[in-house]
Amino acid sequence: MAQNNVLAALDTSAEFDVNRIRADFPILSIDVGGNPLVYLDNAASSQMPQQVIDRLVHYQTAQHANINRAVHYLSEVATDEYEKARHKIQQFLNAREQREIIFTSGTTDSINLVMHGYGRRFIQAGDEIILTTLEHHSNIVPWQMLAKEKGAVIRVVPINDAGELDIDAYENLFNERTKFVGLIHVSNALGTINPVKQMIDYAHQHNVPVLIDGAQAAPHIPIDVQALDCDFYAFSAHKLCGPTGVGMLYGKASLLEAMQPFKGGGDMIASVTFEKTTYADIPHKFEAGTPPIAAAIGFGAAIDYLCSIGMDQIAAHETKLLHYATERIDAIKGARILGTAAEKTAVISFVLDGVHPHDIGTILSQDGIAVRTGHHCAQPVMQRYNVPATSRASFAFYNDISEVDALIEGIQNVQKIFL
Amino acid sequence: MSTKSLYQEVILDHNRKPRNYGTLDHANHKAVGHNPLCGDHLDITLQLEEDHIKQIAFHGESCAICKASASMMTTAVKGKTRSDAETLIQEFREMTLGELDLEGPHHLGRLTVFSGIRDLPTRVKCAILPWHTLHAALNDLTDVSTEAANDPVQNISENASDSV
Repeated sequence: MAQNNVLAALDTSAEFDVNRIRADFPILSIDVGGNPLVYLDNAASSQMPQQVIDRLVHYQTAQHANINRAVHYLSEVATDEYEKARHKIQQFLNAREQREIIFTSGTTDSINLVMHGYGRRFIQAGDEIILTTLEHHSNIVPWQMLAKEKGAVIRVVPINDAGELDIDAYENLFNERTKFVGLIHVSNALGTINPVKQMIDYAHQHNVPVLIDGAQAAPHIPIDVQALDCDFYAFSAHKLCGPTGVGMLYGKASLLEAMQPFKGGGDMIASVTFEKTTYADIPHKFEAGTPPIAAAIGFGAAIDYLCSIGMDQIAAHETKLLHYATERIDAIKGARILGTAAEKTAVISFVLDGVHPHDIGTILSQDGIAVRTGHHCAQPVMQRYNVPATSRASFAFYNDISEVDALIEGIQNVQKIFL
Repeated sequence: MSTKSLYQEVILDHNRKPRNYGTLDHANHKAVGHNPLCGDHLDITLQLEEDHIKQIAFHGESCAICKASASMMTTAVKGKTRSDAETLIQEFREMTLGELDLEGPHHLGRLTVFSGIRDLPTRVKCAILPWHTLHAALNDLTDVSTEAANDPVQNISENASDSV
Protein backbone atom coordinates (compact mmCIF):
# COMPACT_ATOMS: atom_id res chain seq x y z
CA MET A 1 0.00 0.00 0.00
CA ALA A 2 1.23 3.47 -0.86
CA GLN A 3 0.28 4.58 2.62
CA ASN A 4 2.91 2.24 4.07
CA ASN A 5 5.55 3.67 1.78
CA VAL A 6 4.91 7.11 3.20
CA LEU A 7 5.11 5.73 6.73
CA ALA A 8 8.35 3.96 5.90
CA ALA A 9 9.77 7.18 4.51
CA LEU A 10 8.87 8.93 7.76
CA ASP A 11 10.94 6.47 9.76
CA THR A 12 14.06 7.49 7.88
CA SER A 13 14.08 11.05 9.29
CA ALA A 14 16.16 9.95 12.26
CA GLU A 15 17.35 13.40 13.31
CA PHE A 16 13.85 14.81 13.53
CA ASP A 17 12.24 13.43 16.69
CA VAL A 18 8.66 14.62 16.75
CA ASN A 19 8.06 13.17 20.21
CA ARG A 20 10.91 15.16 21.66
CA ILE A 21 9.53 18.29 19.98
CA ARG A 22 5.99 17.62 21.21
CA ALA A 23 7.29 17.48 24.77
CA ASP A 24 8.28 21.15 24.43
CA PHE A 25 4.63 22.18 23.96
CA PRO A 26 2.64 21.94 27.21
CA ILE A 27 -0.68 22.66 25.51
CA LEU A 28 -0.39 19.57 23.31
CA SER A 29 -1.03 17.35 26.32
CA ILE A 30 -4.35 18.87 27.37
CA ASP A 31 -7.50 16.92 26.66
CA VAL A 32 -10.70 18.19 25.13
CA GLY A 33 -13.84 16.63 26.54
CA GLY A 34 -11.96 13.45 27.42
CA ASN A 35 -10.05 13.21 24.12
CA PRO A 36 -6.43 14.20 23.57
CA LEU A 37 -6.15 17.51 21.73
CA VAL A 38 -5.38 17.13 18.02
CA TYR A 39 -4.45 20.64 17.02
CA LEU A 40 -4.71 21.11 13.26
CA ASP A 41 -5.47 24.83 13.11
CA ASN A 42 -1.90 26.01 12.86
CA ALA A 43 -2.53 28.28 9.89
CA ALA A 44 -4.78 30.34 12.18
CA SER A 45 -2.33 30.35 15.07
CA SER A 46 0.40 28.03 16.25
CA GLN A 47 1.16 26.87 19.79
CA MET A 48 4.00 28.07 21.99
CA PRO A 49 6.87 25.91 23.28
CA GLN A 50 8.05 26.07 26.89
CA GLN A 51 11.25 27.82 25.74
CA VAL A 52 9.25 30.82 24.51
CA ILE A 53 6.95 30.81 27.53
CA ASP A 54 10.05 30.79 29.78
CA ARG A 55 11.53 33.68 27.84
CA LEU A 56 8.38 35.75 28.38
CA VAL A 57 8.37 34.89 32.08
CA HIS A 58 12.04 35.81 32.44
CA TYR A 59 11.53 39.13 30.69
CA GLN A 60 8.54 40.00 32.84
CA THR A 61 10.26 38.73 35.98
CA ALA A 62 13.67 40.33 35.60
CA GLN A 63 14.01 42.58 32.57
CA HIS A 64 10.96 44.75 32.00
CA ALA A 65 11.03 48.51 31.59
CA ASN A 66 10.16 50.88 28.77
CA ILE A 67 12.68 51.01 25.96
CA ASN A 68 14.60 53.76 24.17
CA ARG A 69 14.08 56.22 27.01
CA ALA A 70 15.59 56.13 30.43
CA VAL A 71 19.24 55.65 31.29
CA HIS A 72 18.48 53.31 34.15
CA TYR A 73 19.59 49.69 34.20
CA LEU A 74 16.31 47.96 33.35
CA SER A 75 15.55 50.28 30.47
CA GLU A 76 18.94 49.49 29.00
CA VAL A 77 18.40 45.75 29.43
CA ALA A 78 14.92 45.87 27.88
CA THR A 79 16.12 48.02 24.95
CA ASP A 80 19.02 45.67 24.37
CA GLU A 81 16.81 42.56 24.42
CA TYR A 82 14.26 44.21 22.12
CA GLU A 83 16.98 45.08 19.59
CA LYS A 84 18.44 41.58 19.88
CA ALA A 85 15.04 40.23 18.83
CA ARG A 86 15.18 42.51 15.79
CA HIS A 87 18.61 41.12 15.02
CA LYS A 88 17.34 37.52 15.22
CA ILE A 89 14.61 38.36 12.70
CA GLN A 90 17.15 40.00 10.41
CA GLN A 91 19.24 36.82 10.51
CA PHE A 92 16.17 34.61 10.05
CA LEU A 93 15.22 36.43 6.84
CA ASN A 94 18.79 37.11 5.75
CA ALA A 95 18.00 40.83 5.51
CA ARG A 96 20.95 43.06 4.68
CA GLU A 97 20.56 45.34 7.68
CA GLN A 98 18.88 45.26 11.07
CA ARG A 99 17.20 48.63 10.47
CA GLU A 100 15.23 47.05 7.64
CA ILE A 101 13.16 45.14 10.22
CA ILE A 102 10.20 47.03 11.69
CA PHE A 103 8.16 45.65 14.55
CA THR A 104 4.42 45.86 13.90
CA SER A 105 1.38 44.34 15.57
CA GLY A 106 1.20 41.62 12.91
CA THR A 107 0.97 40.96 9.18
CA THR A 108 -2.18 43.06 8.77
CA ASP A 109 -0.52 46.01 10.49
CA SER A 110 2.58 45.54 8.31
CA ILE A 111 0.54 45.66 5.10
CA ASN A 112 -1.36 48.70 6.32
CA LEU A 113 1.98 50.35 7.08
CA VAL A 114 3.09 49.84 3.48
CA MET A 115 -0.27 51.03 2.16
CA HIS A 116 -0.09 54.26 4.20
CA GLY A 117 3.66 54.82 4.09
CA TYR A 118 4.36 53.84 0.50
CA GLY A 119 0.98 53.63 -1.24
CA ARG A 120 -0.43 56.98 -0.14
CA ARG A 121 2.80 58.73 -1.09
CA PHE A 122 3.57 57.07 -4.41
CA ILE A 123 0.33 55.73 -5.90
CA GLN A 124 -1.83 58.17 -7.86
CA ALA A 125 -5.14 58.29 -9.73
CA GLY A 126 -5.22 55.81 -12.59
CA ASP A 127 -2.30 53.78 -11.25
CA GLU A 128 -2.74 50.02 -11.08
CA ILE A 129 -2.10 47.64 -8.20
CA ILE A 130 -1.78 43.92 -8.96
CA LEU A 131 -3.12 41.44 -6.40
CA THR A 132 -4.03 37.76 -6.75
CA THR A 133 -7.13 35.64 -6.20
CA LEU A 134 -5.24 33.85 -3.42
CA GLU A 135 -4.80 36.95 -1.23
CA HIS A 136 -6.01 36.95 2.36
CA HIS A 137 -8.44 39.81 3.03
CA SER A 138 -5.58 41.57 4.83
CA ASN A 139 -3.80 42.03 1.50
CA ILE A 140 -6.97 43.07 -0.34
CA VAL A 141 -8.86 45.49 1.87
CA PRO A 142 -6.02 48.01 2.56
CA TRP A 143 -5.39 48.29 -1.20
CA GLN A 144 -9.08 48.73 -1.91
CA MET A 145 -9.13 51.55 0.63
CA LEU A 146 -6.16 53.15 -1.11
CA ALA A 147 -7.68 52.62 -4.57
CA LYS A 148 -10.87 54.31 -3.44
CA GLU A 149 -9.01 57.23 -1.91
CA LYS A 150 -6.70 57.78 -4.87
CA GLY A 151 -8.78 56.60 -7.79
CA ALA A 152 -6.34 53.77 -8.42
CA VAL A 153 -7.32 50.44 -10.00
CA ILE A 154 -6.89 46.90 -8.65
CA ARG A 155 -6.06 44.11 -11.11
CA VAL A 156 -6.35 40.48 -10.04
CA VAL A 157 -4.28 37.46 -11.10
CA PRO A 158 -6.54 34.41 -11.57
CA ILE A 159 -5.84 30.83 -10.43
CA ASN A 160 -6.31 27.49 -12.17
CA ASP A 161 -8.35 24.57 -10.79
CA ALA A 162 -5.38 23.32 -8.79
CA GLY A 163 -5.15 26.67 -7.00
CA GLU A 164 -2.01 27.84 -8.79
CA LEU A 165 -1.56 31.37 -10.07
CA ASP A 166 -1.81 31.92 -13.81
CA ILE A 167 1.64 33.39 -14.40
CA ASP A 168 0.96 34.30 -18.05
CA ALA A 169 -2.09 36.26 -16.94
CA TYR A 170 0.05 37.94 -14.26
CA GLU A 171 2.63 39.04 -16.80
CA ASN A 172 -0.06 40.27 -19.16
CA LEU A 173 -1.46 42.56 -16.46
CA PHE A 174 1.65 44.76 -16.51
CA ASN A 175 1.53 48.07 -18.31
CA GLU A 176 2.93 51.58 -17.78
CA ARG A 177 0.28 52.30 -15.12
CA THR A 178 1.29 49.31 -12.93
CA LYS A 179 2.78 50.72 -9.73
CA PHE A 180 2.61 48.00 -7.11
CA VAL A 181 2.27 44.24 -6.61
CA GLY A 182 0.84 42.64 -3.45
CA LEU A 183 1.44 38.89 -3.41
CA ILE A 184 0.77 36.17 -0.89
CA HIS A 185 3.74 33.79 -0.58
CA VAL A 186 1.69 30.80 0.61
CA SER A 187 -2.10 30.67 0.38
CA ASN A 188 -3.70 30.39 3.81
CA ALA A 189 -6.82 28.81 2.31
CA LEU A 190 -5.20 26.25 -0.02
CA GLY A 191 -1.52 25.99 0.93
CA THR A 192 -0.26 26.85 -2.58
CA ILE A 193 3.35 28.06 -2.57
CA ASN A 194 3.53 30.78 -5.20
CA PRO A 195 6.56 31.22 -7.49
CA VAL A 196 7.33 34.54 -5.84
CA LYS A 197 10.94 34.81 -7.01
CA GLN A 198 9.92 34.57 -10.66
CA MET A 199 7.05 37.03 -10.11
CA ILE A 200 9.26 39.53 -8.28
CA ASP A 201 11.83 39.39 -11.07
CA TYR A 202 9.15 40.09 -13.65
CA ALA A 203 7.76 43.04 -11.66
CA HIS A 204 11.25 44.47 -11.27
CA GLN A 205 11.75 44.38 -15.04
CA HIS A 206 8.91 46.92 -15.02
CA ASN A 207 10.35 48.80 -12.02
CA VAL A 208 7.36 47.81 -9.89
CA PRO A 209 7.92 47.08 -6.18
CA VAL A 210 6.51 43.91 -4.64
CA LEU A 211 5.13 43.27 -1.17
CA ILE A 212 5.09 39.63 -0.08
CA ASP A 213 2.57 38.53 2.55
CA GLY A 214 4.60 35.82 4.22
CA ALA A 215 2.25 35.03 7.12
CA GLN A 216 1.84 31.41 5.97
CA ALA A 217 5.33 30.98 4.53
CA ALA A 218 7.74 32.14 7.24
CA PRO A 219 6.61 29.44 9.74
CA HIS A 220 7.09 26.64 7.21
CA ILE A 221 9.81 27.27 4.65
CA PRO A 222 13.22 29.01 4.74
CA ILE A 223 12.99 32.66 3.64
CA ASP A 224 15.83 34.73 2.18
CA VAL A 225 14.67 38.25 1.36
CA GLN A 226 17.91 39.11 -0.43
CA ALA A 227 17.66 36.08 -2.69
CA LEU A 228 13.97 36.83 -3.35
CA ASP A 229 14.82 40.51 -3.83
CA CYS A 230 11.33 41.39 -2.57
CA ASP A 231 10.78 45.02 -1.61
CA PHE A 232 8.63 44.26 1.42
CA TYR A 233 8.01 41.07 3.39
CA ALA A 234 5.48 40.73 6.22
CA PHE A 235 4.63 38.05 8.78
CA SER A 236 3.30 37.55 12.33
CA ALA A 237 4.94 35.98 15.37
CA HIS A 238 1.94 34.00 16.56
CA LYS A 239 1.94 31.75 13.51
CA LEU A 240 5.51 30.63 14.24
CA CYS A 241 5.24 29.70 17.91
CA GLY A 242 5.56 33.28 19.19
CA PRO A 243 3.10 35.54 21.00
CA THR A 244 0.10 37.33 19.50
CA GLY A 245 0.20 41.11 19.08
CA VAL A 246 3.54 41.33 17.30
CA GLY A 247 4.76 40.86 13.77
CA MET A 248 7.27 42.42 11.48
CA LEU A 249 7.74 44.22 8.21
CA TYR A 250 10.92 43.86 6.24
CA GLY A 251 11.49 46.67 3.75
CA LYS A 252 14.49 47.64 1.66
CA ALA A 253 16.17 50.51 3.49
CA SER A 254 15.97 52.89 0.52
CA LEU A 255 12.21 52.37 0.24
CA LEU A 256 11.59 52.65 3.98
CA GLU A 257 13.55 55.91 4.02
CA ALA A 258 11.47 57.34 1.18
CA MET A 259 8.19 56.45 2.89
CA GLN A 260 6.10 58.66 5.11
CA PRO A 261 5.45 57.52 8.70
CA PHE A 262 2.27 55.54 9.31
CA LYS A 263 1.56 56.44 12.94
CA GLY A 264 2.69 59.58 14.75
CA GLY A 265 3.73 59.69 18.38
CA GLY A 266 6.56 59.11 20.78
CA ASP A 267 9.67 57.11 19.86
CA MET A 268 9.33 57.90 16.14
CA ILE A 269 10.73 61.43 16.28
CA ALA A 270 14.13 63.09 16.26
CA SER A 271 12.77 66.41 17.56
CA VAL A 272 9.38 68.00 18.10
CA THR A 273 8.30 71.63 18.31
CA PHE A 274 4.80 72.88 17.59
CA GLU A 275 6.14 74.25 14.32
CA LYS A 276 7.86 71.16 13.05
CA THR A 277 8.66 67.54 13.83
CA THR A 278 11.71 65.79 12.47
CA TYR A 279 11.22 62.05 12.23
CA ALA A 280 13.60 59.47 13.59
CA ASP A 281 15.59 57.27 11.24
CA ILE A 282 14.31 53.84 10.24
CA PRO A 283 13.22 51.56 11.80
CA HIS A 284 12.11 53.84 14.66
CA LYS A 285 10.27 56.18 12.28
CA PHE A 286 7.67 53.43 11.97
CA GLU A 287 7.51 52.38 15.62
CA ALA A 288 5.46 55.11 17.29
CA GLY A 289 4.53 54.59 20.92
CA THR A 290 5.62 51.86 23.31
CA PRO A 291 5.81 48.66 21.27
CA PRO A 292 4.82 45.19 22.56
CA ILE A 293 8.27 44.74 24.10
CA ALA A 294 7.65 41.41 25.80
CA ALA A 295 5.97 40.00 22.71
CA ALA A 296 8.83 41.17 20.47
CA ILE A 297 11.36 39.45 22.74
CA GLY A 298 9.17 36.33 22.71
CA PHE A 299 9.13 36.62 18.90
CA GLY A 300 12.94 36.47 18.96
CA ALA A 301 12.83 33.43 21.25
CA ALA A 302 10.38 31.71 18.89
CA ILE A 303 12.78 32.27 16.00
CA ASP A 304 15.62 30.83 18.09
CA TYR A 305 13.43 27.81 18.76
CA LEU A 306 12.58 27.25 15.08
CA CYS A 307 16.23 27.68 14.10
CA SER A 308 17.29 25.15 16.73
CA ILE A 309 15.19 22.60 14.84
CA GLY A 310 16.02 23.97 11.40
CA MET A 311 13.60 25.32 8.82
CA ASP A 312 14.64 22.64 6.31
CA GLN A 313 13.83 19.90 8.84
CA ILE A 314 10.52 21.58 9.63
CA ALA A 315 9.61 21.82 5.94
CA ALA A 316 10.61 18.20 5.33
CA HIS A 317 8.52 16.83 8.21
CA GLU A 318 5.50 18.92 7.28
CA THR A 319 5.75 17.80 3.65
CA LYS A 320 5.58 14.18 4.78
CA LEU A 321 2.51 14.96 6.88
CA LEU A 322 0.97 16.72 3.86
CA HIS A 323 1.54 13.77 1.54
CA TYR A 324 0.22 11.24 4.02
CA ALA A 325 -2.86 13.30 4.92
CA THR A 326 -3.57 14.06 1.25
CA GLU A 327 -3.44 10.40 0.37
CA ARG A 328 -5.74 9.43 3.25
CA ILE A 329 -8.32 12.16 2.59
CA ASP A 330 -8.27 11.43 -1.15
CA ALA A 331 -9.19 7.84 -0.28
CA ILE A 332 -12.36 8.93 1.56
CA LYS A 333 -15.40 8.61 -0.68
CA GLY A 334 -17.30 11.89 -0.79
CA ALA A 335 -14.32 13.99 0.28
CA ARG A 336 -12.73 16.49 -2.08
CA ILE A 337 -9.55 18.49 -1.48
CA LEU A 338 -9.55 22.06 -2.80
CA GLY A 339 -6.06 23.18 -3.74
CA THR A 340 -3.90 20.54 -5.35
CA ALA A 341 -0.95 22.68 -6.40
CA ALA A 342 2.33 20.94 -7.15
CA GLU A 343 4.03 23.13 -4.56
CA LYS A 344 2.15 23.23 -1.25
CA THR A 345 2.67 23.65 2.45
CA ALA A 346 0.83 21.31 4.83
CA VAL A 347 -2.60 22.93 4.48
CA ILE A 348 -5.54 20.81 3.37
CA SER A 349 -8.83 22.50 2.59
CA PHE A 350 -11.59 19.99 1.94
CA VAL A 351 -15.32 19.60 1.50
CA LEU A 352 -17.51 16.58 2.22
CA ASP A 353 -20.55 15.73 0.13
CA GLY A 354 -23.75 16.52 1.99
CA VAL A 355 -22.12 17.93 5.11
CA HIS A 356 -21.65 21.62 5.82
CA PRO A 357 -18.14 22.58 7.05
CA HIS A 358 -19.53 24.02 10.29
CA ASP A 359 -21.11 20.69 11.16
CA ILE A 360 -17.80 18.98 10.36
CA GLY A 361 -15.94 21.41 12.64
CA THR A 362 -18.34 20.94 15.54
CA ILE A 363 -18.34 17.14 15.33
CA LEU A 364 -14.54 16.94 14.94
CA SER A 365 -14.22 19.18 18.00
CA GLN A 366 -16.17 16.65 20.04
CA ASP A 367 -13.34 14.21 19.22
CA GLY A 368 -10.77 16.77 20.37
CA ILE A 369 -9.78 17.69 16.80
CA ALA A 370 -9.31 21.39 16.03
CA VAL A 371 -9.74 22.40 12.39
CA ARG A 372 -10.82 25.71 10.93
CA THR A 373 -14.13 25.92 9.11
CA GLY A 374 -15.35 28.90 7.13
CA HIS A 375 -14.05 31.09 4.33
CA HIS A 376 -10.59 31.58 5.93
CA CYS A 377 -10.66 35.35 5.24
CA ALA A 378 -10.19 34.44 1.58
CA GLN A 379 -13.65 34.82 0.07
CA PRO A 380 -12.33 35.27 -3.49
CA VAL A 381 -10.82 31.77 -3.23
CA MET A 382 -14.16 30.35 -2.03
CA GLN A 383 -15.93 32.09 -4.93
CA ARG A 384 -13.41 30.63 -7.37
CA TYR A 385 -14.36 27.12 -6.22
CA ASN A 386 -18.02 28.05 -5.84
CA VAL A 387 -18.24 26.94 -2.21
CA PRO A 388 -19.33 29.11 0.75
CA ALA A 389 -16.77 27.55 3.07
CA THR A 390 -14.38 24.66 3.55
CA SER A 391 -12.87 22.70 6.42
CA ARG A 392 -9.15 23.24 6.72
CA ALA A 393 -6.61 21.06 8.48
CA SER A 394 -3.28 22.87 8.75
CA PHE A 395 -0.24 21.12 10.16
CA ALA A 396 2.83 22.23 12.08
CA PHE A 397 6.13 20.46 12.66
CA TYR A 398 4.89 19.23 16.07
CA ASN A 399 2.01 17.29 14.51
CA ASP A 400 2.52 13.58 13.97
CA ILE A 401 1.15 10.75 11.87
CA SER A 402 -1.22 9.55 14.60
CA GLU A 403 -2.92 12.94 14.45
CA VAL A 404 -3.53 12.52 10.72
CA ASP A 405 -5.09 9.15 11.53
CA ALA A 406 -7.25 10.80 14.21
CA LEU A 407 -8.44 13.35 11.63
CA ILE A 408 -9.34 10.60 9.17
CA GLU A 409 -11.28 8.69 11.82
CA GLY A 410 -13.00 11.93 12.79
CA ILE A 411 -14.05 12.60 9.19
CA GLN A 412 -15.35 9.04 8.86
CA ASN A 413 -17.31 9.55 12.07
CA VAL A 414 -18.87 12.71 10.61
CA GLN A 415 -19.89 10.75 7.53
CA LYS A 416 -21.41 8.03 9.70
CA ILE A 417 -23.51 10.59 11.59
CA PHE A 418 -24.75 12.16 8.35
CA LEU A 419 -25.27 8.87 6.51
CA MET B 1 -25.18 18.94 26.99
CA SER B 2 -22.46 17.64 24.71
CA THR B 3 -22.40 17.97 20.96
CA LYS B 4 -23.07 14.24 20.81
CA SER B 5 -26.58 14.94 21.99
CA LEU B 6 -26.89 18.05 19.79
CA TYR B 7 -26.68 16.02 16.59
CA GLN B 8 -29.66 13.91 17.62
CA GLU B 9 -31.68 11.83 15.21
CA VAL B 10 -34.52 14.36 15.09
CA ILE B 11 -32.12 17.10 13.95
CA LEU B 12 -30.38 14.82 11.46
CA ASP B 13 -33.78 13.72 10.13
CA HIS B 14 -34.98 17.30 9.57
CA ASN B 15 -31.65 18.05 7.89
CA ARG B 16 -32.04 15.07 5.55
CA LYS B 17 -35.72 15.61 4.86
CA PRO B 18 -36.55 19.23 5.58
CA ARG B 19 -40.29 19.91 6.00
CA ASN B 20 -42.01 22.82 4.25
CA TYR B 21 -38.98 23.20 2.00
CA GLY B 22 -39.44 25.46 -1.01
CA THR B 23 -41.02 28.79 -1.86
CA LEU B 24 -44.71 29.75 -1.64
CA ASP B 25 -46.16 31.17 -4.84
CA HIS B 26 -48.75 33.30 -3.09
CA ALA B 27 -46.85 34.54 -0.08
CA ASN B 28 -47.87 37.86 1.44
CA HIS B 29 -44.84 38.02 3.73
CA LYS B 30 -41.23 37.12 3.04
CA ALA B 31 -37.70 37.78 4.22
CA VAL B 32 -34.15 36.68 3.53
CA GLY B 33 -31.68 35.87 6.28
CA HIS B 34 -27.96 35.41 5.93
CA ASN B 35 -24.90 34.74 8.03
CA PRO B 36 -21.94 36.29 6.21
CA LEU B 37 -19.47 34.50 8.50
CA CYS B 38 -20.31 31.10 7.05
CA GLY B 39 -22.18 32.02 3.88
CA ASP B 40 -25.43 30.47 5.09
CA HIS B 41 -28.59 32.02 3.73
CA LEU B 42 -32.26 31.15 3.68
CA ASP B 43 -35.48 32.75 2.59
CA ILE B 44 -38.84 32.40 4.25
CA THR B 45 -42.15 32.90 2.50
CA LEU B 46 -45.45 32.81 4.38
CA GLN B 47 -49.10 33.46 3.98
CA LEU B 48 -50.68 35.35 6.85
CA GLU B 49 -54.50 35.29 6.94
CA GLU B 50 -56.51 36.94 9.72
CA ASP B 51 -53.35 37.01 11.81
CA HIS B 52 -52.76 33.27 11.39
CA ILE B 53 -49.81 31.70 9.58
CA LYS B 54 -51.72 29.61 7.02
CA GLN B 55 -48.71 28.49 4.97
CA ILE B 56 -44.99 28.78 5.45
CA ALA B 57 -41.95 27.58 3.52
CA PHE B 58 -38.20 28.02 3.68
CA HIS B 59 -35.44 27.55 1.18
CA GLY B 60 -31.68 28.03 1.21
CA GLU B 61 -28.17 26.75 1.78
CA SER B 62 -26.98 26.13 5.29
CA CYS B 63 -25.48 23.80 7.85
CA ALA B 64 -27.50 20.98 9.41
CA ILE B 65 -28.23 22.94 12.57
CA CYS B 66 -29.68 25.86 10.61
CA LYS B 67 -31.67 23.69 8.23
CA ALA B 68 -33.14 21.50 10.98
CA SER B 69 -33.97 24.58 13.02
CA ALA B 70 -35.77 26.11 10.03
CA SER B 71 -37.62 22.88 9.25
CA MET B 72 -38.81 22.35 12.82
CA MET B 73 -39.70 26.02 13.11
CA THR B 74 -42.01 25.87 10.11
CA THR B 75 -43.86 22.87 11.53
CA ALA B 76 -44.09 24.59 14.93
CA VAL B 77 -45.54 27.90 13.71
CA LYS B 78 -47.82 26.71 10.92
CA GLY B 79 -51.42 27.52 11.93
CA LYS B 80 -50.28 29.68 14.86
CA THR B 81 -51.17 33.34 15.34
CA ARG B 82 -48.56 35.98 14.74
CA SER B 83 -48.26 36.66 18.46
CA ASP B 84 -47.89 32.95 19.29
CA ALA B 85 -45.12 32.78 16.71
CA GLU B 86 -43.41 35.81 18.24
CA THR B 87 -43.57 34.12 21.64
CA LEU B 88 -41.87 31.03 20.21
CA ILE B 89 -39.23 33.20 18.52
CA GLN B 90 -38.52 34.89 21.83
CA GLU B 91 -38.39 31.62 23.78
CA PHE B 92 -36.19 29.92 21.18
CA ARG B 93 -33.79 32.83 21.26
CA GLU B 94 -33.63 32.75 25.07
CA MET B 95 -33.07 29.00 25.05
CA THR B 96 -30.14 29.16 22.61
CA LEU B 97 -28.54 31.94 24.62
CA GLY B 98 -28.99 29.92 27.83
CA GLU B 99 -31.41 32.47 29.27
CA LEU B 100 -34.51 30.27 29.41
CA ASP B 101 -35.37 28.08 32.39
CA LEU B 102 -36.33 24.87 30.60
CA GLU B 103 -37.90 23.55 33.83
CA GLY B 104 -40.28 26.52 33.88
CA PRO B 105 -43.29 27.10 31.61
CA HIS B 106 -42.56 27.51 27.90
CA HIS B 107 -44.06 26.53 24.55
CA LEU B 108 -41.03 25.04 22.78
CA GLY B 109 -41.96 21.34 22.98
CA ARG B 110 -39.64 19.28 20.76
CA LEU B 111 -37.66 22.40 19.89
CA THR B 112 -35.79 21.92 23.17
CA VAL B 113 -33.65 19.45 21.18
CA PHE B 114 -31.65 22.60 20.29
CA SER B 115 -30.96 23.52 23.93
CA GLY B 116 -27.40 22.08 23.70
CA ILE B 117 -26.44 24.85 21.30
CA ARG B 118 -26.01 27.23 24.23
CA ASP B 119 -22.71 25.44 24.97
CA LEU B 120 -21.46 26.18 21.45
CA PRO B 121 -21.48 29.98 21.17
CA THR B 122 -20.10 29.89 17.62
CA ARG B 123 -23.10 27.84 16.48
CA VAL B 124 -25.89 29.79 18.21
CA LYS B 125 -26.29 31.99 15.15
CA CYS B 126 -26.81 28.93 12.96
CA ALA B 127 -29.78 27.79 15.03
CA ILE B 128 -31.26 31.23 15.50
CA LEU B 129 -31.03 32.52 11.91
CA PRO B 130 -34.33 31.00 10.70
CA TRP B 131 -36.15 32.49 13.69
CA HIS B 132 -34.79 35.95 13.04
CA THR B 133 -35.76 35.60 9.43
CA LEU B 134 -39.29 34.59 10.44
CA HIS B 135 -39.45 37.59 12.74
CA ALA B 136 -38.35 39.80 9.84
CA ALA B 137 -40.96 38.28 7.54
CA LEU B 138 -43.75 38.80 10.08
CA ASN B 139 -42.69 42.41 10.54
CA ASP B 140 -41.93 43.22 6.89
CA LEU B 141 -38.21 43.70 7.50
CA THR B 142 -37.01 42.20 4.24
CA ASP B 143 -33.41 41.43 5.11
CA VAL B 144 -31.62 40.21 8.22
CA SER B 145 -27.96 39.44 8.78
CA THR B 146 -26.29 37.93 11.81
CA GLU B 147 -23.46 40.44 11.41
CA ALA B 148 -25.30 43.68 10.56
CA ALA B 149 -25.57 46.70 12.82
CA ASN B 150 -29.18 45.69 13.41
CA ASP B 151 -28.06 42.23 14.57
CA PRO B 152 -31.30 40.61 15.60
CA VAL B 153 -29.52 38.64 18.34
CA GLN B 154 -29.15 41.93 20.16
CA ASN B 155 -32.28 43.67 19.00
CA ILE B 156 -34.93 41.07 18.72
CA SER B 157 -36.48 41.75 22.13
CA GLU B 158 -37.21 45.37 21.32
CA ASN B 159 -38.41 44.50 17.84
CA ALA B 160 -40.58 41.73 19.17
CA SER B 161 -42.24 43.90 21.78
CA ASP B 162 -42.77 46.63 19.18
CA SER B 163 -44.62 44.26 16.94
CA VAL B 164 -47.02 42.76 19.45
